[in-house]
Amino acid sequence: MFANRRALLRTAALATAVATAAALAACGTDDNDGATTPVTADQVQSALEAGGSITVWAWEPTLKQVVTSFQAKYPKVKVNLVNAGTGNDQYTALQNAIAAGSGVPDVAQIEYYALPQFALGKSLTDLSSLGAGALDGTFTPGPWSSVKVAGGTFGLPMDSGPMALFYNKEVFDKHQLAVPTTWEEYVAAARKLHAADPKAYITNDTGDAGFTTSLIWQAGGKPFSVDGTKVKLDLADQGSTTFAGTWQQLISDKLVAPVGSWSDGWYKGLGDGTIATLVIGAWMPANLESGVPAGKGKWRVAPMPQWTAGGTAAAENGGSSLAIPKAGAHNALAYGFLKYATAGDGVKIRIDNGAFPATNAELKSEAFLNKEFPYFGGQKANEVFAQSAADVVKGWSYLPFQVYANSVFNDTVGKAYVSGTSLADGLKAWQEAAAKYGKDQGFTVD
Amino acid sequence: MAATTARKAHRRRSPLLTALTAAMLVYSLVPLLWLVVNATKTQASLFDSFGLWFSGDFSLGANIADTLTYDDGVFVRWLRNTLLYVLLGAGGATVLATLGGYALAKFDFPGRRGVFAVVIGAVAVPGTALAVPTFLMFAKLGLTDTPWAVIIPSLVSPFGLYLMWTFAAQAVPGELMEAARVDGAGELRTFLRICVPLLAPGIVTVALFTMVATWNNYFLPLIMLKDPDWYPLTLGLNAWNDQAATAGGQPVFHLVITGSLLTILPLLAAFLLLQRYWQSGLAAGGVKD
Repeated sequence: MFANRRALLRTAALATAVATAAALAACGTDDNDGATTPVTADQVQSALEAGGSITVWAWEPTLKQVVTSFQAKYPKVKVNLVNAGTGNDQYTALQNAIAAGSGVPDVAQIEYYALPQFALGKSLTDLSSLGAGALDGTFTPGPWSSVKVAGGTFGLPMDSGPMALFYNKEVFDKHQLAVPTTWEEYVAAARKLHAADPKAYITNDTGDAGFTTSLIWQAGGKPFSVDGTKVKLDLADQGSTTFAGTWQQLISDKLVAPVGSWSDGWYKGLGDGTIATLVIGAWMPANLESGVPAGKGKWRVAPMPQWTAGGTAAAENGGSSLAIPKAGAHNALAYGFLKYATAGDGVKIRIDNGAFPATNAELKSEAFLNKEFPYFGGQKANEVFAQSAADVVKGWSYLPFQVYANSVFNDTVGKAYVSGTSLADGLKAWQEAAAKYGKDQGFTVD
Repeated sequence: MAATTARKAHRRRSPLLTALTAAMLVYSLVPLLWLVVNATKTQASLFDSFGLWFSGDFSLGANIADTLTYDDGVFVRWLRNTLLYVLLGAGGATVLATLGGYALAKFDFPGRRGVFAVVIGAVAVPGTALAVPTFLMFAKLGLTDTPWAVIIPSLVSPFGLYLMWTFAAQAVPGELMEAARVDGAGELRTFLRICVPLLAPGIVTVALFTMVATWNNYFLPLIMLKDPDWYPLTLGLNAWNDQAATAGGQPVFHLVITGSLLTILPLLAAFLLLQRYWQSGLAAGGVKD
C-alpha cells in the first residue's frame, strides 16, 4: 500500500535487476539456514553496552528521532540510518545486496506484505533465536501474525494500519449524505454525491493491490494460503467475489475518481473535497496533516463500512516491520535496536511523531485513546482505530512472492479500471500471472 | 551575391517543415515552461491553480531557499556529488575517449579492426543492461555504496570513443603530424601542441555528451548507492518525491519541482555556452571531403 505509483511504474525497469538477482541468489548461496546460535536477553544487553555500529535501512520518517534517542541511551552504539528507497526500491536494493553477498544492512524495514517473500527466501534471521518469543502479547494480533511466517518470527511489528473510513464531513453535510455503515450504503452515497456534484467522487481508485487485498481480507476472503513450498491461490473465493461484485458497480458507473493514490492530484482532491472519503490504514492522519492542510477541521473518522449490516469486521492496510537480514554480522546489537524501536522507548517517540502503534499497551492506554485530533475537529479518532485493530479478521496471509504479484497488479486487475475487462476477470488474470511466477520460482501452486 | 543567397534561402522555406519544427519546439519547451511556472508556486497553490500560468504568491525565492536548506541542506550535498561524478566521470571519459580515438585514427597497429568491432558492439549495448552485472562485479570488489561505483563505469564511453575516432581521422591531417615529427617534436608534444587544438570541437562535443549522460544518470547510481549522502541529484529528487508516498511522510512537491529546475540549469548553461563548438563538432564528424 505504501508502495507508490512511481515505484510501480519503474518496476518494468527494475524487474530485470530483481530477476537476475533472484536467479543468482538461487544458485549462488550456500544454504546456511541451520539454526543461528541462540542469543539471550543478557547478551543483547551487554552487546548494547559494549557498543558497535549497525546499519539500518528504513524510509519511515519517525525512525530518525528514535535513532537519536537510542544513541543517547547507548552512547557506544552508532546507528547508521539509511533511506535506501521507499518500498519496492528498497526491496530491489536488498535483493541485490543479498545476491551479491555484500552491503547487506544489519536491520531493514520490510512491509508486512513483503515479509514472507524475504522470510521464505531464507534471507532473514528467525528472531525466535534472539528471544522474540518473550514478546508474545506485546503486539496487536494482526501485525504479530503478519511477522510470523512458517513457524518463525521474522520481524518485529513497527506500526500497523487497521483500516477506518475517513470522510470529508463538509462534503457530506453539503449533500446531506449519511455516513455509510455498509458497503451497499457506500455505493449509494457514491451515486448520490456524484449526481449532486459531477466533479466530486466518493473516493479515488485506479487499481491498488494493497487496497484490494485489504478489502478482500475484510470480506473474509483467504485467497492466498501457504504451507511450506505449497501455495494455494484462489482469487475467486467468497470474499474476493463479494468485494469484486460491489466494487465493480463503482467502477462501471464511473463513481471513483481516476486519480492514483499518493499523486499530487490525490493530495489536491483530498483538500478540495472532490475526493470525499478514503478507506485506509490508521497511519493516515499524519499524512493528512502534513499533505492536506486545506482539509483541517473538515475530515472525520468512522469505522469501516461492513459487508453485512451490523458486522464489525476490519482489516489491516499497510504497515511495516523491522527485520534482521541473515547476512548482517551484528545480530545481538541489531535485535537490541529492534526491541527499542518497536517495543521499547522508541514506540512513544514514534507515536508522538504521528505513527500508529502496533503494541497493545499503547493501543489501550487512556492517553492514547483520549487524544483529540484538531484535524478531525477534536474527534478522538484513536478510539475508532483501536477498535478496528481489535476487529481485524484473523487468518489472512500474503503470498511468498507478494512483491512480484503486486508489481503486476496494474497489468492485470488494473485493466478493469481502464477497459471493458471486469474486475472478476482482472483478478483471475492476476491469479494466473502470480501462479506462473510462483511455479517459476519453484513453488507448488494450485 | 548576398541578395541571391538570401533569395535562395527564402525560396527553400517549406511551410510543412516550419510547422513540424514549430510543433517540436512547443513539445520541447512546454515541459520546461511548466517547470519554470510551477517553481514559483507554493505547495498549496500548486494544487489549486492552472499548471501553465502563474498564480498565488510569487514564491520562487522562498522555494529556492527551502530547497537548499531542507533536511539540513542535503540538496547542496547532492549537487556537490553530481558535480564530482561529472567532473571525474565525464571528464575522465572525455580524456580517455580523446586519447583512444586519436590513437585508433592516427596509428596503424595490429588488432585495430578488432578494436573497431568491439567499440561498435559496445555502442549497441545499453548501459542499463550492464548495470546489474556491473553491480555484482563491484560488490565483489567491495566498491558498492562508494562514489567509485558511479565514477568508474562512467569513465568508459564507447560512443565518445567512436566519435573521437571519426573526428580525429578527419580533423588531424597526417601531413601536419609528419611535419611536426620532421621538426623534431616527440609524439606527446605532437599530440598536445598540434593535435589537441585541432581536436577541440570534438573534445567539447564528447565532453557535452558524457556530461549530460553522467548528470542525468539514474539507474547506475540507483543500484550502486544506498547511502543518501552519496546520492546524485537525480536520486535525491526521487527520494524527495517518494516522501509523499509513505505513511507519515511529508509531501514536498514544490521542492521537487524547484529542485528539478535548479538541476537542469547547469546543463542548460553548458549547452548554451558550448553551443558553437558543439555544432561544428557534430558537423565535422559527418562530412567527408
